[in-house]
Amino acid sequence: MELGEQITQYLVSGFSTGAIYALIGIGFSIIYNATGIINFAQGEFVMFGGMLTVFLLNVLKLPLWAAIPVAVLVTTIVGLLFERLAIRPLRQPTPISLVIITIGGSILLRGIAMLVWGKDTHVVPAFSGEVPIPLGGATILPQHLWILGITLVMIAVNRWYFSHTISGKAMRACSYNRRAASLVGIDVRRMVLFSFVISAALGSLAGIIIAPLTMTAYDVGIMLGLKGFCAAIIGGMSSGLATVLGGLILGILESLGAGLVSSGYKDAIAFIILLLILFLRPQGIFRKAQTERV
Amino acid sequence: MKRFLPILFVVVAMLAWSSLCLAEQAPIRIGGLFAVTGPPSFLGEPERNTAQMVIDEINAAGGVKGRKLQLIAYDTTGDPQKAVTAATRLIKEDKVVAIIGPSTTGETMAVIPVVEKEQIPLISCAAGSKITDPVKKWVFKTAQNDGLAVVKIFEYLNKKKISKVAILTVSDGFGSSGREQLKANAAKYGIQVVVDETYGPKDTDMTSQLTKIRGSDAQAIICWGTNPGPAVIARNHKQLGLKLPLFMSHGVSSKKFIELAGDAAEGIILPSGRVIVADVLPAGDKQKKSLMAYVKDYQKHFKAEGDHFGGHAWDAVMLLKGAIERGGDTPAAIRDQVEKTSNFAGIGGIFNFSPTEHAGLAKDAFVMVEIKNKDWVLVP
Repeated sequence: MELGEQITQYLVSGFSTGAIYALIGIGFSIIYNATGIINFAQGEFVMFGGMLTVFLLNVLKLPLWAAIPVAVLVTTIVGLLFERLAIRPLRQPTPISLVIITIGGSILLRGIAMLVWGKDTHVVPAFSGEVPIPLGGATILPQHLWILGITLVMIAVNRWYFSHTISGKAMRACSYNRRAASLVGIDVRRMVLFSFVISAALGSLAGIIIAPLTMTAYDVGIMLGLKGFCAAIIGGMSSGLATVLGGLILGILESLGAGLVSSGYKDAIAFIILLLILFLRPQGIFRKAQTERV
Repeated sequence: MKRFLPILFVVVAMLAWSSLCLAEQAPIRIGGLFAVTGPPSFLGEPERNTAQMVIDEINAAGGVKGRKLQLIAYDTTGDPQKAVTAATRLIKEDKVVAIIGPSTTGETMAVIPVVEKEQIPLISCAAGSKITDPVKKWVFKTAQNDGLAVVKIFEYLNKKKISKVAILTVSDGFGSSGREQLKANAAKYGIQVVVDETYGPKDTDMTSQLTKIRGSDAQAIICWGTNPGPAVIARNHKQLGLKLPLFMSHGVSSKKFIELAGDAAEGIILPSGRVIVADVLPAGDKQKKSLMAYVKDYQKHFKAEGDHFGGHAWDAVMLLKGAIERGGDTPAAIRDQVEKTSNFAGIGGIFNFSPTEHAGLAKDAFVMVEIKNKDWVLVP
């Protein structure tokens, strides 16, 4: 096999894994932008989406088209309860206490999933068959197209929501300045709740569409969450295209690194990028450094 | 003095009576260290279930030499530190006469100094060959050595005249031990490892590694890991349309793997204990009786297929039962008798222990199986 063909395959593989990271990354940045919290339970929303789908399909015998919206809905309710019960009651929220709460929440959600659904890995059937599609010497699966397609749709919907709806604009206002936002009559608390609802929904959707490829278990959220976080950091915590590019860059670098250098360094590559960006360009690689206006 | 005599008599009589009662009722205590939760729970859970099931059955049938057995099991969560604490507790507080487990090699290595010092026999359920090599006086094991599985695959490759292989191993204890054994044994069988790649236990896409293998001159791929990684690899292998035959380790020899890999599992060949092919074994097979009994029992109690991980605990309990029947119930007597066990047809294979051999199994403990039509088929 020619090196050129190999590189095509690395790029295609990286692109499809990157799309997954991007979708998870966007969940991180939405909550961050509305609240200033890094929600480390985001990976657990992803896991809940996948595991709930498995549960609905195998135990309640729902068809796939019905299981997906129900799983998204239930996870969204979990996200809502999480905000109501764990984030809102906090009297004096400081970033560090909020981050610790989300870490605690992630451990709790993981524990619940383990007790309810057990420790086995499960598989969700592919949405439209498993016949590989040749693509210029490389191959991808129909499921990859689903992932790419849904990621694109989600980005478009996000963009529309944040720039063309009242509540989306209000959420952006909160991210710029909470106090000023509340002074002009925006209910900041409601916006925070919204942000959790949206990112729980997005996370669970990501978990569902990737489950046919990556399989799912109670503990998949940790690694996927970290990679999504990485993507969001590369994208400078933007809830738009920058995070998507961040995810794709991460996926492609991982795949090229594993193929051309050594697979032992695959995860190391991701985390070295994360550290370099945090040290050198904490605002993300696509964003200009912010300047304070006085 | 005469006045005290009746009292003394009564006291002595009471003591004798009570100790007689104790002798009749006190069960023989056997310790268990299993990783029932945590990452290696796929080992620890069936092991604990099986040990309890077998001991309950022995007790229902009247116990060993009229005495009941009692299993005192602790969950080690796969953590060597917890395993050591639990082992100490079993020995000092629960006064067990022997310990079954731990489930993983790392935990077993941590527990060995404790049992050697306290002189309590340990029958480990972990696979690492370093557990009994060199031989430790009080330590035995029932899981097949990784090296035996490697040898079995290499013999098959020799038969098929395949000499260049790519290995793809998981970066955890199981995978790195397999990788060592694969590389150490390759030269002996005239096999050359042309690609040596790894993947993380939680990785979700291995097409990069497989693409690299496709670009090499390897004639076969050997993957060493436990679920779910190998299932992802099988799917990626199919996605890329690779023509190279794919071999797996005994780490995936359960129905779960076929379920996870789906159609991609077809044609994969792996070494496995005999448990999963119990029903298709020839009637003359020495282990068939034990295997069928175990598989049916486990199915009845836990509504799941008995796998060879649970089998390690079955073998351990049966070895202890045999030892107590032949010798006594003191730790030293049990140790001596376990060491003298020979020709014991268990779940893992035919065990032959001796003062220089505490693993007890030979390479015939494995058979080669192929996945066809979502089931296992024996490969001649």
